[in-house]
Amino acid sequence: MKSLTLRNKKTSWKRSQNIGLLYIAPWIIGFLVFQLYPFIVSLIYSFADFSIIKTPEFVGLKNYINLFTKDRLFYHSLKTTFIYVLIAVPGKLIFALIIALILNMKLKYINFYRTIYYMPSILGGSVAVSILWRFLFARNGLVNILLSKFSIAPIDWLGSPDVALYTISLLKVWQFGSSMVLFLAGLKQIPGELYEAAKVDGAGKIRTFFSVTLPLLTPIIFFNLIMQMVNAFQEFTSAFVVTQGGPLRSTYLYGLMLYEQGFRFLKMGYASAQSWILFIIIMAMTALVFKSSPYWTYYDDEGDF
Amino acid sequence: MRVIFKMKVAKINLHKVWVYLFLTLLGVVMVYPLLWLFASSIKPNQDIFLSMGLIPSKVVLDSYIKGWQGTGQYTYGVFFWNTFKMVVPTVAFTLISSVLVAYGFARFDFPLKKILFTLMLSTLMLPESVIIIPRYMLFRDLNWLDSYLPFTIPALFGTFSFFIFMLVQFIRGIPRELDESAFIDGCNSFDILVKIILPLSKPALFSAGIFQFIWRWNDFFNVLVYINSVSKYTLSLALRMSIDITQSVEWNQIMAMSVVTMIPPILVFFFAQKYFVEGIATTGLKG
Repeated sequence: MKSLTLRNKKTSWKRSQNIGLLYIAPWIIGFLVFQLYPFIVSLIYSFADFSIIKTPEFVGLKNYINLFTKDRLFYHSLKTTFIYVLIAVPGKLIFALIIALILNMKLKYINFYRTIYYMPSILGGSVAVSILWRFLFARNGLVNILLSKFSIAPIDWLGSPDVALYTISLLKVWQFGSSMVLFLAGLKQIPGELYEAAKVDGAGKIRTFFSVTLPLLTPIIFFNLIMQMVNAFQEFTSAFVVTQGGPLRSTYLYGLMLYEQGFRFLKMGYASAQSWILFIIIMAMTALVFKSSPYWTYYDDEGDF
Repeated sequence: MRVIFKMKVAKINLHKVWVYLFLTLLGVVMVYPLLWLFASSIKPNQDIFLSMGLIPSKVVLDSYIKGWQGTGQYTYGVFFWNTFKMVVPTVAFTLISSVLVAYGFARFDFPLKKILFTLMLSTLMLPESVIIIPRYMLFRDLNWLDSYLPFTIPALFGTFSFFIFMLVQFIRGIPRELDESAFIDGCNSFDILVKIILPLSKPALFSAGIFQFIWRWNDFFNVLVYINSVSKYTLSLALRMSIDITQSVEWNQIMAMSVVTMIPPILVFFFAQKYFVEGIATTGLKG
């Protein structure tokens, strides 16, 4: 008798699996209303001439044609953004990796250093940090005062079109702590036996790094690379607050252009077309990283779900 | 033999000294700007751009008092309260919806689960800028603009897939036998969530809450798009406005207010550091 009720319970346990749909129901609604719907609508908008004050009017490919044939600012912004991404993302990740490797050398006070390095990441893309950057790199700001101590001529960090983009990128690299913490967590998970095996096999430090550490860390590097890239392509706050896209639009990042077109000039159809181009670029870059990943990432298990 | 051994030890120590020196120097470079910002906020205005030192020639708290007054009509007290009104419900709703959805994904085997899970993961890479314009129009039609509803309501519907993913990973690590024995003891699935999963997920929930708090607190782009009235400005918008309206010489007031807005995230970070590290270590991911 007892075993029968137990068996009944087991079958109802199996049957009750569908209740999972009820638990994920909030997400299904949220996904449809706040993500999928806007996603599709923005594609539709991109083929329309449309603003808040005007009803959408279908114009076919006109927005896209204008973008590619008439809009010089579009090309300029695209180029600026690519340079920004190419400096900021590898800069941040390489720095994060190097520091994580050093902190992983069985040193004391790791927690202290980790906390210190992580601090800037907490304040991340806030307006307060952008304001700090304005003061640090002002003509007579802290950085130039420091340079003058070494009798180096002051550099116009934010006022010179050749330098401003690097100054903005540096703000991103300054936040390397978030990636570093991830790399550290990944390094901790590498089993000690592997290092011992490498030692037994007579591998030197450099060999061990390239044959043990780096391969086992690649999934985390991979994930970080994609997420940082997606973020960097959309960077907005630093360009908006620190430099307002200037001087001479040298920091006119894509995010800033999108905001201006959509919410300042109210050309929402045009901005939607721009946002779709950004989307396609991000997807293409992600696909590139994914495609190349079998050559450089290593997964212990297949991560089956 | 002994001599060689000693030399080796000395060499290792010297090597470590260089490493510590480097790490400390880097730490100074990382944090000095923040300390300098704080120091400058209590310096007399004309001193800010003269010295790079941290010790003010004269401590001036005037900057905080004057800066706090904001526009005159609305003080920073209002902006702080607004930020809390936006951030706290958003964080709470994110946690509630994320844990429900994560529980559904982690523990049940329903039809289409794989596809739905993949869709959920793919939204991690959906750029915000692609959906912002239709979202804006949607919220306008719903009459939600210039309120905090564009932040709180989507959070209630699990739109922060990062946290769902994080919690799924965590819940999968809780042994299923616990659920099963509770079920045999007569608990339904919701009881299991409340009595077993929730208490065990505390560390992950904490770290999700902390991350979301800090990210929402610092958010600028979304508030810039959705909020228009100064009376509803959050700190990000208020700071940005202060740069525009403050006379160019009153730098220390802006610095003072920047410091003030940084305090809550930094406090949260220091008090909840343990959960930060645990959360990162258990999920292995952070953007």
